[in-house]
Amino acid sequence: MEIAYTVQPRPDTGVYNAKLGMWLFLASEVMLFGGLFSAYVFLRMGAPPDTWPQGWLSVPLGTLNTLLLAASAVTTLLAWAACKARRFDRFKLHLGLTLILGTVFLGIKGYEYRDKLMHYEVQLKDGRIADGHLVRARTTSDTVVLQGRWVSDRRELLDGRRAPRTHEELVLPRDQIARMQNYAPRHNTFLAIYFTLTGLHGLHVLGGLVVFAYLWGPGSRLWHVDPEHFTNRVEVAGLFWHFVDLVWIFLFPVLYLT
Amino acid sequence: MKEELSGEALYRATVARCRTVLWVVAAVTLCMVGAAYAPLPQPELRVGLILAAAAFNAFLVAGHLMHLLRERNVIYSLLAFTVLFFAALMGLCVWAHGDVPLPARG
Amino acid sequence: MQATSPTIAGLKPTVHTEAPAGFWRTYVFSTDHKVIGIQYGLTALCFLWLGFLLILTMRWQIAHPGEPIPLVGWFLEKVLGSPATQGVMSPDLYNMFGAMHGTIMVFLAIVPLAVGAFGNYLIPLMIGANDMAFPRLNMMSYQLYFLGGVVMLASFLIPGGAAQAGWTSYSPLATVIPTDGQTFWLIGMVLLITSSLLGSVNIITTIVQLRAPGMTWMRLPFFVWAQLVASFLLLLAFPPLEAAGILQLMDKVAGTSFFLPTGLAVGGATANISGGGSPLLWQHLFWFLAHPEVYVLILPALGIVAEVLANNIRKPLWGYRTMVYAVLVLGFLSFLVWAHHMYLTGMGTRISTFFQTTTIIISIPSVILLTCLLISLWGGSLRINTPMLFALAFLPMFGIGGLTGLPLGFAASDIQLHDTYYVIGHFHYVVAPGTIFALFAGVYYWFPKLTGRRMNEFWGRVHFWCSLLFMNAVFMPMFAQGFAGMLRRMADGGLSYSARVAPGVEGTLSDFILGLNNYILWAAVGLGLAQIPFIINLFRSIWRGEPVREDNPWQSSTLEWQTPTPPPHGNFLRPPQVYRGPYAYGPRPDGRDYLPQNLPEEGLQPRL
Repeated sequence: MEIAYTVQPRPDTGVYNAKLGMWLFLASEVMLFGGLFSAYVFLRMGAPPDTWPQGWLSVPLGTLNTLLLAASAVTTLLAWAACKARRFDRFKLHLGLTLILGTVFLGIKGYEYRDKLMHYEVQLKDGRIADGHLVRARTTSDTVVLQGRWVSDRRELLDGRRAPRTHEELVLPRDQIARMQNYAPRHNTFLAIYFTLTGLHGLHVLGGLVVFAYLWGPGSRLWHVDPEHFTNRVEVAGLFWHFVDLVWIFLFPVLYLT
Repeated sequence: MKEELSGEALYRATVARCRTVLWVVAAVTLCMVGAAYAPLPQPELRVGLILAAAAFNAFLVAGHLMHLLRERNVIYSLLAFTVLFFAALMGLCVWAHGDVPLPARG
Repeated sequence: MQATSPTIAGLKPTVHTEAPAGFWRTYVFSTDHKVIGIQYGLTALCFLWLGFLLILTMRWQIAHPGEPIPLVGWFLEKVLGSPATQGVMSPDLYNMFGAMHGTIMVFLAIVPLAVGAFGNYLIPLMIGANDMAFPRLNMMSYQLYFLGGVVMLASFLIPGGAAQAGWTSYSPLATVIPTDGQTFWLIGMVLLITSSLLGSVNIITTIVQLRAPGMTWMRLPFFVWAQLVASFLLLLAFPPLEAAGILQLMDKVAGTSFFLPTGLAVGGATANISGGGSPLLWQHLFWFLAHPEVYVLILPALGIVAEVLANNIRKPLWGYRTMVYAVLVLGFLSFLVWAHHMYLTGMGTRISTFFQTTTIIISIPSVILLTCLLISLWGGSLRINTPMLFALAFLPMFGIGGLTGLPLGFAASDIQLHDTYYVIGHFHYVVAPGTIFALFAGVYYWFPKLTGRRMNEFWGRVHFWCSLLFMNAVFMPMFAQGFAGMLRRMADGGLSYSARVAPGVEGTLSDFILGLNNYILWAAVGLGLAQIPFIINLFRSIWRGEPVREDNPWQSSTLEWQTPTPPPHGNFLRPPQVYRGPYAYGPRPDGRDYLPQNLPEEGLQPRL
């Protein structure tokens, strides 16, 4: 039993079913990320003075990620155009490139996450505060070794742009430590919303990559049976990927630059 | 409506368009990063410039890469509603910020 | 209407040559919208009954605080352990049942029944399609719903029990309760929201794309319009709750403070959190969904009532076009009223006035819809049967529910009534004798189409009259209790605020007000007993009901009745062509009093 307009568009609406379905889904995704963005705006505007950090994220890495994702959006479109031109070899090339670019994006994000989770703020019992990255090799059960700096007031840590570039090695005996917290979501509301927004975005990237991998691999069998139907699937998956790119286009400036 | 291309001609036209779009997006991104570091008189101006650059990039991606400039009314009307609600959410947050009840008198 | 529609190019005539599939593929993992609709329906009815049992035990506790629950107290103690020691409902258990009653009724019973069951089964039939646009997605929607339901039920059995912070799950309470019930609730909600989203994408695409040739927008049955708007509400309103759910889950699991303010103290000690969060943010995000959600609860019901009324008055609905525009405006406005649930949170006057204005405006399309239905009765040739009785009763019940909402919409009067039993009376009138009556009407009305048999008419009327009596008996006194100041969610039924405990203090609850609790309890028991004829009637009639002698026993003009009974896989024997609007009822010289939508024009004599 066939469902109408699965492959050919319906004349009065001009779309086939899956395309309308995907745009509807993207509308709901706009509301999902919109809800999270509005939470960001709400929390940032309501934050007490001297609690919202700046410059804690690496702008060069964020810019690189933006360019990678933009390039992958382009290669996705080219993959679809290759399908329309019935050039299966070029389709495979472009979709393969998309997969590589997307994976590198996730790799860079993973590196950024790890960097945050290895970054500790330690408050000693005498009131001094140490802030830096954990040096695992030299940390023992008696001492914590950080590569970082001393600060006298927590508020100095809030502006990452004016932080001095030189770091020294700090050796801290554990019995002197009052509090030790890494730059995880629980540390600070900014980090909480950062991890949540980029984490959800990352899950969407992963989902898109899984679908692309399927279309590149076992799913491409449909090409030999019904190339137009397969082209539609590529187009619809591409729409989702472009949306994921769109979200990042707003995420990057909001989290990294403002 | 522009005449519909197909096959090889569509592919070549798409490649050409994509190359342009990619260069423009990259250039706007770098401008955006620059605006973040440039010495500007007010912080609101900085945020405004950055978000405007982001919106322009988004328009390019949505318009050219998602074919939005060529989609039919049914998609436009759907998105118009969504954009409206999204804007309403944001606007309401900003408008309501700082609006607290007056202290009771007497 | 002379509008033409293009013929479906890609649709071949339905050919039934598929090999018969096994039991699992036919009844459990089916992609046929009719099977999925029935799955949704049966599961949702089970949850409806479970939600009712939860509140029945709670009503005992309210009427007899601290006394062991008869009949089931020992069972609760066995299954749930300490919250039900010696069969007495502890405050923790009361809160648990209260939160789960709301969650189950709204998300696991009414919406899946109204949208998942009625929507899935009827929409393709009413528009002349052979299935939904995405059959496999449809199957996944049901399975996600089922899984979400399992997670919610499982939360009763974990140590600490289920969620206890109300179906509204306000932070900080929801976050700081140390048990895992809330986490299960959030995970269950994520599954249910995903199921809902996929379902709404399916419904909207189906209605837009798969209408039969000749089925223009203004020839759609009102039920389809109502489902379309409800699906848009689900599509655009649920995601902010999903976002909020993710944030609350992060608060519970990752220790963030999205909704926890700086300086929060729990149990007398300052909480070890980063602070900087906002409890109000949760409320905004939650109510952004939950208000459109209540329109999702009522719109399919209005659709069902419209269909049953039109069929049983034997004349077209009055103001069909007006109703369509009203339902579209209602859907749009429903996104702009949410903070009328938050008047007492300390929001400023600017924003309160904005929401008060939109809330009062939204009553206009609601009244238009009800008025059109009422005016339709004028001059009609009424046929009284069980579905018609339920549909007729819906009108005044929904009227009471809607009118009692007006004092709540005005911020000034809401100060007195917020969080009192008045609110409970108001919204239950809309959902219980409102939506549920419409759903009953739908079950009795479409039962012959699904099974080829009628439900027993006598027991249907018994079910109706008893339900009508007891529904009003349960909920009408709550308005009085609310005006007297009795608050919601009190585990002792108001005893600690009563004149018995604090005699002579002004504003305490009188003996009369508290005595109403007892009366409500008996009315609730009566309501439960009144459902037993329905349950027996439903299941017995599947196998032993009186068989219908024709495919269209109600002589209806809409397309779902123009198929064989029950409809085969693929629905229509050949793709239908639609020639007229949905309610072509009225006397004709050839003796028939209706014209099906797909009957061709040739050979018909002119109308009187």
